[in-house]
Order: sequence, then C-alpha cells, then structure tokens
Amino acid sequence: MDIIRQLEQEQMKKELPDFRVGDTLKVHLLIKEGKKEKTQVFQGICIGFTGAGLNRSFTVRKISNGIGVEKIFPLHSPNISKIEIVKRGKVRRSKLYYLRERKGKSFRVKEKRQFGKSS
Amino acid sequence: MKGILGKKLGMMQIFDKEGNIIPVTVIQAGPSKILQKKTEETDGYRSIQIAFGEKKHTTKPLLGHLKKSGLKKAPLWITEIRNAEGDVGEILDVSLFSEGDKIKITGWTKGRGFTGGMKRWGWHGGSKTHGSMFHRRMGSVGQAAYPGEIWKGKTMPGHYGNERVTVKNLKIIKIDKEKNLLFVKGAVPGSKGGKLIIKKVD
Repeated sequence: MDIIRQLEQEQMKKELPDFRVGDTLKVHLLIKEGKKEKTQVFQGICIGFTGAGLNRSFTVRKISNGIGVEKIFPLHSPNISKIEIVKRGKVRRSKLYYLRERKGKSFRVKEKRQFGKSS
Repeated sequence: MKGILGKKLGMMQIFDKEGNIIPVTVIQAGPSKILQKKTEETDGYRSIQIAFGEKKHTTKPLLGHLKKSGLKKAPLWITEIRNAEGDVGEILDVSLFSEGDKIKITGWTKGRGFTGGMKRWGWHGGSKTHGSMFHRRMGSVGQAAYPGEIWKGKTMPGHYGNERVTVKNLKIIKIDKEKNLLFVKGAVPGSKGGKLIIKKVD
C-alpha cells in the first residue's frame, strides 16, 4: 500500500456512525477555552461530503434564528467526540445544495422509513 | 552543520493536540552512511560524503570507493555536506533531529520545459477578447536608439523549473524513528520521489 495512505490510516477513526447525506445529525464538538473544556452540540442536516481518506469532511446546515448556518467538520477530527443520528433522510442526490435556497417549512428532507428487519 | 539525505514521499495532514489540521510533507530521511571524510589538510575544506538508498547495479570503481564504509551496493544518491562531523562508516538517521526543530531543505523543482513568459515570470498578458490579437505573446523588450540593446535580466520565455531551491525555517512536526520518517510543516520543492538535502538551522 502507498505509505502516505498507510500513515493516514493510523490517524483515522476506526468506528464511525453510518450516516449519510440527508440525515439530521447532532455533532458533539469539544471546545477548549484556556484550560476549560466543554462540549457544544450542533444539530442540522448533513448536506454533503467532500474529500477522501483522512481529508474527508462533511457539511451540516441548520437554520438558527432565521439565519442559515453551515459548518464543515473534518470527519476524523479528534475534536468531534460524538456524532448522533437524529433522523434518517431520504434523498436522491449526493449534495443537497438546493437547501440553501430554502427556508422554513421547505427546509426539510423526506424521512426514510424503515420496515422489517433492517435496523 | 548537521545534515542528511532524504526522499520526498508526498503530502498529508496531521491533527495536532488542539485538533488543528497541519499540512505536512512526509520525507524518508536516511539512513545515510558516511562514505568519505574530507579534511582541510588533504582536500582544503571540511566535509562528509553521505549515501542514500540503493541501486541495482554497481560499477567496480565505485565499489572500491565504497569499500571503506562497508557498503556493498551502489547508493541511489551521494552528496557532500560541508562542515559536518562524523567518521567513515557511521550511519546517520533521523535521530539527528528532534521535534520542533527548524530545518532547511534543498530540492530540485519540477521541470516545466520551455515555458512562455506568462507562466515563467507572471506577465499579465493581453486581452483575450475585444478584437485583441495580442494574448500571451511577448511585448516590447526595450527602447530605441538609446540604449540600443536589450538590458540584461530582461524576463523572457525559456527553460523553467528543474532548478536547485532551498527552503529555510521549515518546522519538524513529528518524527517516526522506526520508519525513518520526518513530518515537515508545509511544502518542499520537487516531485514525489525527489532527492532532498535536509540540514539543521543553527
């Protein structure tokens, strides 16, 4: 294997939640203020992934007090302590950039219903 | 002056303790064997000759030169480092450096062949539209009867790249002693697999 990819794999997280574009996420972010450490939660819809390997990152969009806010997180960052999946979304494209023009009721993704055994 | 030979492996990212992303170049540094020691009495200057890597075939004259150091195969690269300490046969590796050290790296930039002035010197070029017939060409190169010549140093198209470049004050972020790897912040001249001379900044 390419040595660079091998070195990247050492830093990559082994266990990641299986979330996809369109899912509503709760991202727990560690923030250091001086010596204090606290966790901030950012909840929104995952609208896309970019990059590969260690460089992979994802964008989460939410509407905060009527203003659209987007945050880009490096997937393997040690500052992300937890990623919770709140809702599964049913989408037909890999980048949900059309949500940037939406507000209020239309800023939504169809929920994916799960039947039968599939968990 | 401490120095070693290295090979550029490529670039990647590293997360530091605060979780910041640092762009790093990964360099295979050493192990380098000292082939010859030059002294002021015999050669007029002080230096050590070091080797890196391995070649498939070895010529007999070179084998004679390698005899003292104990190397059996021709090295990929040989270089001299001035004012460096060491004895013949000694092996230099990444333990010369420590994390946080400032180093300077010499490499050979990617060759670009015969290149136009816009790429080579950053000329602005002419308008692409509005009926302009002057796009990436060279303009005027001087004046008239006075000075009656083209001045030295006029930027013109020509061979670009494949030159020796030294980057100073690069910082070592991480050292892998088992694999002989150096992780240096930022970019380094040359392509992947390129030859690098790594020296410590005193």
